[in-house]
Amino acid sequence: MSKYINLSYRDALKSAIREALKNDERVFLMGEDVGHYGGAFAVSKGLLQEFGPERIMDVPLSESGFTGSGIGAALAGMKPIVEVMTVNFSLLAMDQIINNAATLLHMSGGQLNVPVVIRMGCGIGRQLAAQHSHSWEPFYAHVPGLIVLSVGTHEDARGMLLSALESPDPVILFEYTSMLNLEKEIPEDAGAVDIRQAKVLKQGKDLSLITYGTGVYKCLEAADILAGEGMDVEVIDLRVLRPMDEETFLTSITKTHRALVVEDAWRSVSISSEVAARIMEKAFYELDAPVERLCGVEVPIPYPKHLEDASVPQVYDIVEKVTKMLRP
Amino acid sequence: MKKTASNKPKISAEEGKRLLHQMLLIRRFEEKSAEEYTKSKIRGFLHLYVGEEAVAVGVTQSLKEEDYILSTYREHGHALARGMDPGEIMAEMFGKLEGCSMGRGGSMHLFDSKINFFGGNAIVCGHLPMAVGMALASKKQGKKNVTCCFFGEGAAAEGEFHESMNLAALWNVPVLFLCENNLYAMGTALKYTHSEQKLEKKGPAYGIETGSVNGMDLMAVMEASQKAVDYIRKTGKPYFLVCYTYRFRAHSMFDAELYREKAEVEKWKKEDPIPKFSEYLLKEKMISAEEIQEIEGKVEREIEKAIEFAENGTWEDVKDLTRFVYTESQRS
Ligand SMILES: Cc1ncc(C[n+]2csc(CCOP(=O)(O)OP(=O)(O)O)c2C)c(N)n1
Repeated sequence: MSKYINLSYRDALKSAIREALKNDERVFLMGEDVGHYGGAFAVSKGLLQEFGPERIMDVPLSESGFTGSGIGAALAGMKPIVEVMTVNFSLLAMDQIINNAATLLHMSGGQLNVPVVIRMGCGIGRQLAAQHSHSWEPFYAHVPGLIVLSVGTHEDARGMLLSALESPDPVILFEYTSMLNLEKEIPEDAGAVDIRQAKVLKQGKDLSLITYGTGVYKCLEAADILAGEGMDVEVIDLRVLRPMDEETFLTSITKTHRALVVEDAWRSVSISSEVAARIMEKAFYELDAPVERLCGVEVPIPYPKHLEDASVPQVYDIVEKVTKMLRP
Repeated sequence: MKKTASNKPKISAEEGKRLLHQMLLIRRFEEKSAEEYTKSKIRGFLHLYVGEEAVAVGVTQSLKEEDYILSTYREHGHALARGMDPGEIMAEMFGKLEGCSMGRGGSMHLFDSKINFFGGNAIVCGHLPMAVGMALASKKQGKKNVTCCFFGEGAAAEGEFHESMNLAALWNVPVLFLCENNLYAMGTALKYTHSEQKLEKKGPAYGIETGSVNGMDLMAVMEASQKAVDYIRKTGKPYFLVCYTYRFRAHSMFDAELYREKAEVEKWKKEDPIPKFSEYLLKEKMISAEEIQEIEGKVEREIEKAIEFAENGTWEDVKDLTRFVYTESQRS
């Protein structure tokens, strides 16, 4: 049996980057403040000293320019890890990501692969206000050609990047900055993980809680509380937001017959709308009740703590909602 | 402010005291903000302006009430120099309803339309195109006002900087591009971010009248910005002014400052614009040591008042969470 070690989400991400740099000399990290500053969130701290400026490239503020350059480098045989400091700034790089990375393979009739990996810090909960609290998972998950991964657990923080680098197609990794200091136990030999499937993190028979990102640990915590009240919910981490793995949650619903989808992103045209639609299309007759959703309130995220907290689902909201669904 | 033939500002003793007061107010306000941050009264990102005061104070002297100002997330200094109420800024950073943006924005999003202060933008370079558009509107409306847009040298690497410079020159609009070159974009030094580090060379490439100035010298900034604004008012054309300055403190409260030597910071502290200007005033006998103390005392009281105002402010009711997404009069 493998040994377990305590690791912060930050160190899990960092050890994956280190391993990737060591394993393949085509890999390099490029992004704003990844080098001299040590990474905006200290994820790449020390890597410049260890690997040098050719492998750890500080880039100017120019999201469209450097992300596009990463795409170009991937096209020409390198394996760049592009770090867009936070998802908020990726809006400036979206043209490159969508019009180039996501479409080149198709437009070229299958000739051109773009094996670029783009990492973005994201998430709500640090009182950073409207321009720094975006949840753009649904935006990117909308785009055919992209592989969109949500790093909701420590094992995925340790493993998803390594698997992403094996992908011949462009991968977007959403990393959640509010979890950086959080420590969890993971197997000492944890490494590359599957990046095709969702994952059942807790088995249950009464209801399927379907989520991703920061929703994962929140739902697990809620599930614990609910278990104390005699409610047995299943928790599913979607992980792969595109191409979406529906098998896992459809199978779950054939067992639980009830589903609640939880996410921070705004409700309209979101990941949860997609999940709910697929359940309706493919598991309608399995349902004992309508699918329900807990999502971000449709407002630019306000600065004050109490309003920010009220903008996204919290553990108590999940507990309350599930209780209402199971014990109306 | 009177001008001599050389355009050099000649200030009265009274003006000198007012300017010193403004710089000190910014300095002490920022120091207090850092303190309140460690007490968790202020949260989120907090970017302080300590060291750069001469730029905000110097430039705003050349602006009139009807001129528009746009700024970055490091905008407390610009807001204070413009005359925004310190209490409303502090309340904003405390997240209170009495804040200049009703607490919705925090430190990075100070807005006050009464004084033509248009924020507070936390996307680097995001406000430059808007500044061009506001100047374009002035032109179309036959207004004579100037749009002043503050940004850092890091922003000048963004595509939007170059697009905005081109558009402003192409359309001949009255905008002042005011670059505060403090040598670091977060932790990345100028030499790692610009192939041409003499940023003032970028203006002429777009056919834009350009100047540069020592941003640690208040009088020099006043002179340079007055020249810039006079040019804009006279011609209706854009102007690019680069102020060489330095931030004494970390980029934000999260910064361990691994990217620069303490000695470098200490060296720059010798250029501190505030003692430099006080000494000038003392030398010119425009102020006495006691009067400087009086100004310090006044600033202290103003800041105490601001804190009190913020402390006594109210938390917005959660039921109002979804206000200001659409114009309320249109939806009720
Ligand atoms: C488009 C965008 N990219 C990255 C960031 C993160 N960021 C905030 S401030 C900053 C440095 C900006 O430096 P500069 O323009 O020189 O202004 P200064 O902070 O030095 O005043 C960075 C990288 C951001 N806010 N917006």
